[in-house]
Amino acid sequence: MQTSNDILQAVRIEKTFPGTRALDKVDFHLRRGEVHALLGENGAGKSTLIKCLTGAYRRDGGTILLDDVPVDPRDTFEAQALGIGTVYQEVNLLPNLTVAENLFLGRQPRRFGMVDARAMNRRARDLLADYELDLDVTRDLASYSVAIQQVIAIARAVDLSGKVLILDEPTASLDAHEVAMLFRIVRRLKAKGLGIIFVTHFLEQVYEISDRITVLRNGQLVGTRETSSLDRRELIAMMIGRELAAEIHAPRAEVQEGPLRYRFRNYGRKGRVRPFDLDVRAGEVVGMAGLLGSGRTETAELLFGAHRADSGEAEIDGRAVDLASPRAAIRHRFGFCPEDRKTSGIIGDLSVRENIVLALQARRGWTRPISRAEQNRLADHYIRALDIRTADREKPIKLLSGGNQQKAILARWLATEPEFLILDEPTRGIDVGAHAEIVKLIEALREKGLSLIVVSSEIEELVAYSTRVIVLRDRAHVAELDGNRITADQIVEAIAATDERRTS
Amino acid sequence: MKPKYLPLTATLVIFLLGYALCVAQYPNMLSTRVIGNLLTDNAFLGIAAVGMTFVIFSGGIDLSIGSVIAFTGVFLAVVLEHTSIHPLIAFAMVLAIATLFGAAMGAIIHYLEMPAFIVTLAGMFLARGMAFVLSIDSIPIKHPFYATLKGLYFKLPGAGRITLIGGLMLLVFAVGILIAHRTRFGTNVYALGGGAATARLMGVPVAATTIRIYALSGLLAGLSGIVFSLYTSAGYSLAAVGVELDAITAVVIGGTLLTGGSGFVAGTLVGILIQGLIQTYITFDGSLSSWWTKILIGLLLFAFILLQKGIIFVSRHRQQRA
Repeated sequence: MQTSNDILQAVRIEKTFPGTRALDKVDFHLRRGEVHALLGENGAGKSTLIKCLTGAYRRDGGTILLDDVPVDPRDTFEAQALGIGTVYQEVNLLPNLTVAENLFLGRQPRRFGMVDARAMNRRARDLLADYELDLDVTRDLASYSVAIQQVIAIARAVDLSGKVLILDEPTASLDAHEVAMLFRIVRRLKAKGLGIIFVTHFLEQVYEISDRITVLRNGQLVGTRETSSLDRRELIAMMIGRELAAEIHAPRAEVQEGPLRYRFRNYGRKGRVRPFDLDVRAGEVVGMAGLLGSGRTETAELLFGAHRADSGEAEIDGRAVDLASPRAAIRHRFGFCPEDRKTSGIIGDLSVRENIVLALQARRGWTRPISRAEQNRLADHYIRALDIRTADREKPIKLLSGGNQQKAILARWLATEPEFLILDEPTRGIDVGAHAEIVKLIEALREKGLSLIVVSSEIEELVAYSTRVIVLRDRAHVAELDGNRITADQIVEAIAATDERRTS
Repeated sequence: MKPKYLPLTATLVIFLLGYALCVAQYPNMLSTRVIGNLLTDNAFLGIAAVGMTFVIFSGGIDLSIGSVIAFTGVFLAVVLEHTSIHPLIAFAMVLAIATLFGAAMGAIIHYLEMPAFIVTLAGMFLARGMAFVLSIDSIPIKHPFYATLKGLYFKLPGAGRITLIGGLMLLVFAVGILIAHRTRFGTNVYALGGGAATARLMGVPVAATTIRIYALSGLLAGLSGIVFSLYTSAGYSLAAVGVELDAITAVVIGGTLLTGGSGFVAGTLVGILIQGLIQTYITFDGSLSSWWTKILIGLLLFAFILLQKGIIFVSRHRQQRA
């Protein structure tokens, strides 16, 4: 395998950051004409390895052979000159320059010392013709879609380097049609003999396009396998190193249902979600299943008072309550983790500690500040209890991985000691390991007697922790499943069913 | 039409409309003499504004221009009064000083990662202070070579003339346009304005480009100072206060985005001419306070900022639909 069949060989690469060993003697071999998926959880070392290959980081040990010649790129520019080109998730081109200028920046054809714009535009058109693109290359890059910009970035990287192409999550912001276009281009480049490294979170795409898969975990190489001989379950096991699958499918423990606490009758709001009845007991997890736009998030927001209900009434422990605003809901010990944690959840520049105490402080009011000692105690408690991986509590939260940010937001609401917790897509965009931990946490909270509403697109996950599942369609609650009827098949059938069968 | 030409076109239309209005009221304004004077009177501002245009393209700002102009004037006056150095050699010396001064500011901005605003603000005080160190008085320049240079002009049909300094400004604009649009350096300047981090990843030599941008601005401020000393035949350390702001105004009215990355050198010329036109009109009128210049310029500036916001909004909207 270490013959000249490999275009790129990285042997025993080491990289250490203060406090962590990001790469521990990792081997990576890339063949000519293959698409090689590089996978791992967040923090596994994928991006560190990529950065060592592209010269963005200097490695601390190991060798990199390109065409059997040792190389040591000092920066991305040098790596590019050697033949290693990279395309990132966020298009790294200049929106204010023309397409042609972007393609030839720094190497524009010149005549008599002046840039020969005509020759440059002609060559840009020729170059893009290879990528099935017929564009006006004199227009600003910004006038084209992200997918086209991505292809232009690939064209530039291949034209500049031409041996190895690294695609770092290139499909994250593309739709299915655009991904298909991108993959056609990747296959063409593969046929030309390029070695292509493909980093992504989407496992279907890995199976669709890659020839081999290398998995990293905690900075170490787990293994390199042929894609065709590695099934999905095995792959996930390699990535998380634990049998998550088993955890998720563990038989539901017999749930001791508590007393009925929350009653919503004919609760709804025009244009958002049709009136529904909902009862929630203590120690219960009510899952909300449905397609995007079916009214799941709208239900969650209505329950929390983010939008005011225009019909029906709410009761807590038999007493009527008015949930007109989030402040009112918080007073009744409600908590809500919204769907988009980047925009409505975390405050990136504040520390983990400040993010955790935020909701509690808001409930107490600014005239009764929480003492620093109390803040520290709370933060430390939840960092330990939820296993939030951070160097210390004063680290800005934006530096944490997605899963740990999610846990910190959960901690924020847990610190207010809620009795009714609404989680909207708590596991979106976090890696597989953190996923399993959040699932476990939801179960632990239920056992403590909390009432939870969990909105999720992951049906298997709902099956794992829900005591009941409400199925939504077209902004209405259309079915309710409980007990043994909570299976993935039943939920899918209920979502897909056209007849309305309400069982509540 | 591509949206990026819109501000430039708007500027040009405003200039032509304004000129037509002026001519409608004072037919005498349609003469080569007025045009020649427009160029001569605004030569120093125009030359400095070309440098400012490049700085703003790159997303920066240069507040030191006015002070460098004053320093250059005082330096020339002092050197020519106290030594027998030929003015041409003095020109070369002062241009070298101004260029190095700009390059040093560029280096500080890049290597110390300081905002251009602060660094060039410091440069502004430093250059003004150096001018005061040389002399606090207004020193007349009586060198015969100055008289020779001032006597050089190209006669236009009619009574107008393009003086040496007016012609020099046009030449500087022509070279500026070539540099901006037909050299790799020019594209790199736009690239910096589009996003310094991305430009670096794409292989733009950010350090060299930044230093060269401010060196160019310094060089042109020095040249502007020479032109100013020819124009006024004196060197005075309190001269040219606020010229940097006039230059920024010309650049913005010329359709260049203050945030960088977009615009045209030719637009700045039109921006200069619009400012000059307003002044000329007030001179012709004779009864208006010269503060009307400032008021009109202020309004124009507002209008252009709104126009640019509008264009950005429209093009974003269009992109979303595409």
